[in-house]
Amino acid sequence: MLVSQNQAEAAPQHAFDPLNDAEVARLRADFPILDQEVNGHPLVYLDSGATSQKPECVWEAEQHFYETANAAVHRGAHTLAVEATDRFEDARSAVARFVGAGEREIVWTSNATEALNLIAYSFSNATGGAGGPEAERFRLGPGDEIVATGMEHHANLIPWQELAARTGATFRWIPLTAAATLDMDAARQIVTERTRIVAFTHVSNVLGVVNDVAALVALGRSVGAYTVLDACQSAPHLPLNLRALGVDFAAFSGHKMLGPTGIGALYGRAELLDAMPPFLFGGSMITTVTMEKAEYLPAPQRFEAGTQRIAQAVGFGAAVGYLEEVGMERVADWEHRLGAAMVQGLDSLPGVRLLGPAADSGVERTGTVPFAVEGVHPHDVGQFLDSRGVAVRVGHHCAEPLHRFLGVSASTRASAYLYNTAADVDALLNAVSDVRGFFGVK
Amino acid sequence: MNPLEQLYQDIILDHSKRRIGADALETEAGEREAQSHQHNPLCGDDITLRARVAADGTIEALAWKGDGCSISMASASVLSESLTGHSVAEFDEANEAFHELMRSRGKIQGGEELEERLGDAAAFAGVSKFPARVKCALLSWEAARDAIGRASA
Repeated sequence: MLVSQNQAEAAPQHAFDPLNDAEVARLRADFPILDQEVNGHPLVYLDSGATSQKPECVWEAEQHFYETANAAVHRGAHTLAVEATDRFEDARSAVARFVGAGEREIVWTSNATEALNLIAYSFSNATGGAGGPEAERFRLGPGDEIVATGMEHHANLIPWQELAARTGATFRWIPLTAAATLDMDAARQIVTERTRIVAFTHVSNVLGVVNDVAALVALGRSVGAYTVLDACQSAPHLPLNLRALGVDFAAFSGHKMLGPTGIGALYGRAELLDAMPPFLFGGSMITTVTMEKAEYLPAPQRFEAGTQRIAQAVGFGAAVGYLEEVGMERVADWEHRLGAAMVQGLDSLPGVRLLGPAADSGVERTGTVPFAVEGVHPHDVGQFLDSRGVAVRVGHHCAEPLHRFLGVSASTRASAYLYNTAADVDALLNAVSDVRGFFGVK
Repeated sequence: MNPLEQLYQDIILDHSKRRIGADALETEAGEREAQSHQHNPLCGDDITLRARVAADGTIEALAWKGDGCSISMASASVLSESLTGHSVAEFDEANEAFHELMRSRGKIQGGEELEERLGDAAAFAGVSKFPARVKCALLSWEAARDAIGRASA
């Protein structure tokens, strides 16, 4: 209901045909898990920021692979091995196209966390002398600085702290403004000629705030630093073109964007990936091996040691195919309206406080909304919502420093995806409005 | 009672607000005192509990400060109220009974027998049906076990 009203106003402005209730109802049929009762109420899944649900076509693609083409990839001459390799590489092409990358610029990883660690360890290995003269530009040492931001997920924070500790570089971070957006004035002071890496998230996993990637890339480039984008919360929800954004590296996870768990991707500009020393060593990533030393394949294979997550890659390919078919502009628009409805609705409930940008701030954000219920701990809020069938995330969402900045130890976060509806938003608001009464807080 | 009401019994909600034994703990731990800090990184529940144990094995004080959900705060409050003045042996017995209750996945029902063994802590019977909340209830008990052990060493 909330969304439909907004949609009627918003529709004429778009060059695309916006999603509507009827079409989302049809999409939901592709996600059988959503059609169930939890604790006597229809399931309202608002935890897609943690992991998304998957449409049938994703696990059917995995099943079809196992039924018809399973074999080891990039080795063996038999027919199945060729077929498996084709499907594995087709999935890479699909994911590369989806994020605006070349297929040689996508490295499969277990998840985004591994992708970010891969960059950090490759720089570490270069610092130790690996990779020869080509890799000299990745070497770090005392006097160099690595910059992240105060709103990072731990996965885009700790690898950089540790890289700094290993190499003697200094770790610094861009703070937040009172409105919980990145302080770009401070960023211009912090990013200097000493900066070698600027790592930042596209969309905050807690706040849903969309950062100004273009400004951060320009800042990084102006001092010759490498830019690393955490795209975990943007690749699933916004149209994304990594080459157009101009970042050097990016990381994202399959399971947050309708794909299977166990697979993620690293994007790196081809020229950089080919020059970076490997992180994991073993089979399938070498050209020549003697008892003394080894030489390595170009990217992406140089970073894909050992047997890969083949069926998961195929499933990931099917997931981005599904999203492309729906259309990412329409997905982003739908979630933007769901997010706005949650922001407005939560903001109007007595005893409920939005965390992050104020409802009327005009800050660009996705369908991810954190909030606090005065007098009730988030863990108890989440428990009560669960009793009404509403699944949200509670805790610090792997972003402890951000929570410290917000002045809370934990928060409650509702995060929407393309399969959520106005009825889901209403169910959330109804349940939240009963929390304080249940816990006897006045 | 539905499962949610069993989880959040009045005794628990009441203790989560009264917070018996809550103290600023600003001074250093003194003689025959020890304190333990426990943190649950999953949900951020945080407890520091200080025990004072007399030479004869009597627990003279269980003071704590903390921040967390109602289950963790109520558990610390109930623990402090029900075991201050009791012996270390009685604490050990209650601790074992409470752990057994938390592991029971709802199989141990509340009732007179349980109340006799655990007092107000029997109200936590409903928590065992919610595996994600068991750690919240056990946090202060773990802090007490650690602090009492060191204070009586």
